[in-house]
This record gives sequence, C-alpha cells and structure tokens, in this order.
Amino acid sequence: MTAVRVRGLDVVRGSTHALRSVSLEVPSGRVTGLLGPSGSGKTTLLRAIVGVQVVRGGTVEVLGLPAGSPPLRSRVGYVTQAPSVYGDLAARENLAYFARILRVPGERVERALELVDLSRSSRRPVRELSGGEQARVSLAVALLGEPELLVLDEPTVGLDPVLRRDLWSAFHRLAAEGATLLVSSHVMDEAERCDSLVLMREGRVVAAGEPEALLARTRAENLNDAFLVLVEGA
Amino acid sequence: MNGRVALATAERVLHQLRRDRRTVALVFVVPPLLLALFRYVFDGQPETFDRVGGPLVGIFPFVMMFVVTSVTMLRERTTGTLERLMTLPLSKLDLLAGYALAFALVAALQAAVTCAVAFGLLGLDVEGSVVVVAALAVCNALLGMALGLFASAFAQSEFQAVQFMPAFVLPQFLLCGLLVPRERMADALEWVSYALPLTWAYDGLRRAVEGGDAALVARDAAIVVGVTLVALALAAATLRRRTP
Repeated sequence: MTAVRVRGLDVVRGSTHALRSVSLEVPSGRVTGLLGPSGSGKTTLLRAIVGVQVVRGGTVEVLGLPAGSPPLRSRVGYVTQAPSVYGDLAARENLAYFARILRVPGERVERALELVDLSRSSRRPVRELSGGEQARVSLAVALLGEPELLVLDEPTVGLDPVLRRDLWSAFHRLAAEGATLLVSSHVMDEAERCDSLVLMREGRVVAAGEPEALLARTRAENLNDAFLVLVEGA
Repeated sequence: MNGRVALATAERVLHQLRRDRRTVALVFVVPPLLLALFRYVFDGQPETFDRVGGPLVGIFPFVMMFVVTSVTMLRERTTGTLERLMTLPLSKLDLLAGYALAFALVAALQAAVTCAVAFGLLGLDVEGSVVVVAALAVCNALLGMALGLFASAFAQSEFQAVQFMPAFVLPQFLLCGLLVPRERMADALEWVSYALPLTWAYDGLRRAVEGGDAALVARDAAIVVGVTLVALALAAATLRRRTP
C-alpha cells in the first residue's frame, strides 16, 4: 500500500528551483524519514504533499486523492518546522480550538497532551514555554484528528535525547496503529529510527528505500557513509 | 461554511484579546478620552463639540478596529497559524465570519462605553437618536475590521501594518467632511471623497446626529455595509491555501 505518490514534481520558489522532477512513494503504515541537508527541498516537498505549495509541474497523490483536496483536510496532519500555534493561549486552549475545527471530541485534547508529555505545562501561555515544549504543542495539534497521514517537518530539532527517543517511539506506536508518518530531519542519526528512507540533495531524490537495503547497496557501515557514497556516486 | 467553526474562531479571537489587557484598555479607554479632549479643546465653542463629537463617536471604532484587526491577522500570517488553518477543514468564510463576530461584539461594547461617556459625562447633545448613532458606530467598526483584514495582506511586519493606519485612514478622515465641509474642498478632492467609504459613514452619522431623514441614514448605512462586504470578499481572496 502506498500513502503518497509523487511523480515528476517541479517546484520553483522565488529564484530557486526547489524541486527538480522529484518522484517517490511513501508506504502506508510505516515511518518514512525524509533526510537531507538544509536547503535540499525537504520542506518544499512536504508542503507540496500537504497541498499548500504552488507547484509548477508533476502530480502528488495523497491517500488516493490529489494533494490538497478538501476531503484530505481532516485526514492529513501537518506540523511545520516553526511551531504554528497561538502563543498567547495555553496549550490546552490551542488544542481545544483546533479540536472544534476538526470536529473531534474534547477528550482527544487530553490524549494528545499525554502523547507529547505536556499535561503538566498545558495551562501556561505557549509563548512562556521552552522551544521544545512549543514544538510539542504544535505536534499535539496535528495528533488531535488522529490523521491517517502525519507529515512532520523536523519535529525533533532542539529536543533533548530522552524526549527525542520518546517521540520516535510514539511515532512508531502511531504507525503500528495504522498511521503513515513522513518525518523530515537533517540529522542522519535519525535515519536509523525510520522504517524507510528518502534521501534528498539539491532538490532531487538521491536514493530511497529501507535502511538495510541502502547499507547493503553502498556497502557502507552507517547511513551517514551510505549518504556520502550515494551523493558522490550520483 | 460551518456556523460552529465560525463561533469557535470568534471565541478564540476574543480569548486572545482578553489576554491582552493593555489592548483591551486602549480599545475602551482611548475613544472616550479623545472625546473628552475634544470637549475641552472646544470649551469655548460647545456648538462645535456638538457638531463634531457625535460623528466622532462613530468614527473612532472604525480607526481602532482597522488597526487591531490588521495586526491580529498579520500575526496569524507570520506565526504560521494561518497556514495551519488553511490545511484544516475550515472554510475562509468561517475564519472571516469568526473575526467579524468577535470584533462586532468588541465594537458594540466600545460604542456603548463611548456613548455613555459622551452623552452621560461630557454633556454631548444631539438632536437624533443615540441608539442609531451607536448602531452606526458598530457598522463603521465592521468596515474598519474588513479593511484591516484586507490591508494585512500587504504588510510583512506589524510595523508596516501600523503604518497603514495613517496611509489608509487619515486621508479618509480628512476628506470625509468632518473637519471641513466637502463642498469647500478643492473640486478634485470633493470628487475623490465620494469614492471613500468613510465619507458615507460620516454622512450617515451626521444625519443621525442631526435627526435627519431616516431613509438617507439607512442609505448611508447600506453603502457602509456594502463596502464592508466587498472588503471581506477581497480579504477572502488574499487568503490562499496554496502559497509560492
């Protein structure tokens, strides 16, 4: 099963050709990592998948529908790199508002807060929380609707190792329950936590597949070396 | 369009506003304070205060709501919450209706406070109905809100959004006829004034204050409401689900 199918995607942002004929598939029910250095086009690709990016050419199909179709708005959760929540409201109030937009019951607010381990600081205005906590509030909003596809742009940046590990296990739990996760990162050591990988560089997909397969193909010892082999071989 | 989502949005906007005590204070204290200032500046000419004070009750909400809404919407754009909302099952109309509902309520309260001070404490004397003046104040506040929502699309920072106030509002204020009757302006300016919404807002207020023809007051109010709807439609057009 394929949750996302991208074919020949071309995106120009300002004067840069952000994506050049990108094609890829994201398998359902798994955690797929989108890896690459900053500026490689990860965010642009995620935006195109969520349907908020103006594209020049190519097709993006999400859960069998064209990206950005109205029915997908309650089936896809998206978390941007910078936390997009209301800083003057408490975490709980943010979640309560988004829950009403998604038309989901109020209990989900508690569950989402627990999932990101924020139940304790949920009553303080978000702007008073630390950067990591703010990022988790933003993530909790995306979890509210129990989306079939969760698109996360660098969700673990700035988090301490314990929390990072906890979040990754939360991602795998969600995948085990049937959700598809697409998680971007510029840190290669996160690649090892993914079921499948898409490696990007300069607006192109350099390689895609399961971590073991990429290691076997490149005869590298770790994914960082595998990335180097793939880039230099390309 | 979903009424419940619009209502949720209105509640959220009011909630945010309530957290911002200083803005609340500015919204409710500044208009009566300015009116008091006018009252004592024209201490020796109470007839001037009666002529200018009545319409001002209805013009302050226009100015305040323009600034408050353009900054609120700009924040929504710059913090990424607008982009998030655009990925969710919320129609643009829900969002705009939510804003309109929240600010209409604030405007009604503002008009009530301003009227109470103007007519109760400052001894402002008008021929017409105070209720009509207050109702027109709310219409004008919504006009300011709609123009503010639209203008926010052209600002990249709060600093720019605030600069729009003198740019959008001050010329309308000068040309609307409050300070100088329009027929005494240069011909070209008089014609320009007819294209500006505040002119009609002012005419309605002036007539209401003088206890003038109710049909003409209704016509002026209808023009204000019409321009508000056009501005809301333009604001909706600036809300894009897909951005470059």
